[in-house]
Amino acid sequence: MRPRPPTFTKFRDVQAELDKSGAAIFRDADSVESLIIRYPYSINYIHSYAEDSAFFLALADGKLKGSRCRRPKCRFVYATPRGHCMVCGAPTEWIDLPTTGRIHSWTTCHFGSEAFLKETPYNLIMVEFEGAGSLLLARLKDAVESELYVGMPVKAVFDPNPKYSITDVWFVPDR
Amino acid sequence: MPARSKRSAKSRPSATAARPAARPVTPNTKARKVYMVTGGVTKFAKAHPAMDFRLMVKRAYDYALKGIPNLTNDRIDGTRISYFSDHFSRQLKAASMVQDYLGMNPKGSVRIEWGGATGGECFQAAYEAVASGRMDVCLGAGYETMSRVATWKGNEFIALASDTNFDFPLGGFYTGYYALMVVRHIYEYLRKGKFAHVKDEREAQRLAIAEGCRIMSLVSVKNHRNALHNPYAQYPKRSTVQDVLNSEMISYPLTRDQICTMSDGAAVVIFCDEARAKEFTDKPVRIIGVGTGTDTMRLADRPFGKVPLMPKERASDYDELAYPGIHSFRAGRAAGLEAYKMAGITDPNTQLDFIELHDAYASSEIQTYEDLGLCRYGEGYDFAERGDPFLRGIDYGFPVPKAGAIPVNPSGGLIACGHPVGATGLMQGVFAFWQLQGTIAKHFGDPTLQIRDAQRGAIHSHAGTGSAVTVSILERGFR
Repeated sequence: MRPRPPTFTKFRDVQAELDKSGAAIFRDADSVESLIIRYPYSINYIHSYAEDSAFFLALADGKLKGSRCRRPKCRFVYATPRGHCMVCGAPTEWIDLPTTGRIHSWTTCHFGSEAFLKETPYNLIMVEFEGAGSLLLARLKDAVESELYVGMPVKAVFDPNPKYSITDVWFVPDR
Repeated sequence: MPARSKRSAKSRPSATAARPAARPVTPNTKARKVYMVTGGVTKFAKAHPAMDFRLMVKRAYDYALKGIPNLTNDRIDGTRISYFSDHFSRQLKAASMVQDYLGMNPKGSVRIEWGGATGGECFQAAYEAVASGRMDVCLGAGYETMSRVATWKGNEFIALASDTNFDFPLGGFYTGYYALMVVRHIYEYLRKGKFAHVKDEREAQRLAIAEGCRIMSLVSVKNHRNALHNPYAQYPKRSTVQDVLNSEMISYPLTRDQICTMSDGAAVVIFCDEARAKEFTDKPVRIIGVGTGTDTMRLADRPFGKVPLMPKERASDYDELAYPGIHSFRAGRAAGLEAYKMAGITDPNTQLDFIELHDAYASSEIQTYEDLGLCRYGEGYDFAERGDPFLRGIDYGFPVPKAGAIPVNPSGGLIACGHPVGATGLMQGVFAFWQLQGTIAKHFGDPTLQIRDAQRGAIHSHAGTGSAVTVSILERGFR
């Protein structure tokens, strides 16, 4: 017979035990006991960028692509591309975006999702481009929290080893 | 720099392509009157290891039925069940298991999910089931068990409710997204307002952020101290402005005490038509208005257009403002306009006695004051500082001259009660119901939070960065 898993009254001790042995018992203030097990889960998705594909292929070539509404009376310019226009519904066409812009807003993340915790602290910025009607979310490198401000000029840098991810482009101060 | 920013805003094609955000809604006069007759909540907690989601909902449901002998399972025509994420318990179609555990089969049911607004959407789905005549009695039930994964993994699941092509891989983190929004909100309204006279741009922005953080901290203190009198709250605390500012920096400028926590919890509401309402309770509460709004999933796509106006506002109030940009929640404005119109509300500050709103962040509470027309856009910080949303009779440790004007989050809100997503909007409904019944003392074991003679209140539920918002208005249905 397998011995009963160890019992804890603190939930965080339960978590530590799961990392060790995979099973623990939690006893709460009313002496109710619950058996708790480790239950792993991982999966590789077959993720298609579909209509956004050209954007990610362009990043790998060191280019920033936006999209523009094809309808002559609209011509809305998207800095984060959309296959169809949000304003009028017409299809869009690909355009080259400038590789310089300005910070529309910013933050420094000192925590993050589990997948990104090891990268903290990191800066997130919304970039505005001359002539574009929408913004682009990106990382800002080579600058610390106290240097950032709305309106700061920034320029794009492309990963020489692209991974076909939005992280293939980041921005740095355009000093 | 503000001048430049203004110029670039004008050069945007979007400024000319702007569309009014709120569609005109004609209230459906054929809808049946819908009453809330009871509700129940479990205590919200960091973890309820001894209860799975089924048992949590059952406990909240049993609480709701207590004291109403003729309201039993066989009187319920069907259910609407809400939870946000299948990831949190890795149990798909979990709502079926709730339906099953409550003994509701084979009645009709459907699962409701709409991000952070899941609970608010469930509230309205249950309302619609009765208003349409499809059901006479409908149970709305919601829950979330967020303790089943570590906190930062939970943050990852939540961040998967942002665009996984363009947003999530950058460090997908909702606190980061809200920080981006409030930095711009502060820039629009404090930098260009109270600090317009400061010539050095970077100095002006620093001063504005410091001022914004100080005022956000007042809101955090309010909600934590209100919750000292709410036994259902996860995180009551006699905190000070300094405590809030000194708490851990999560995503600049938002600190831990300005952010809601992850929680386990469940809440239920029961709605019915007029005839049955009288049968079940002598203190029914009528739902007199419902509204919803949406906005783009990506912050990057938010338009720079015109403000949909509240009755007291004029277009000339906002000549210089590109709206909503990333500083305000257009979905919240749209939801508020629709609900107000249906309920006949033209002046929320005088026609509502309280609001329970979705303060996942202290910043979003301030932004929401403006969306809901409690003050004009840009006045949210002054509105908080004057004390309008504070309760009278509670010591906050600083002066609140206008306390009691329109109490916001008397329960403690998400910041202090917790945010088990699928339950949150329903929890607000239950707290609002008890306020309007005048039964806060009975349910909380403490009369402090009872707003005297409350006749009408609003609840407000909000999904990621304001991509969806619901507003519902409840009114006392008895004399």
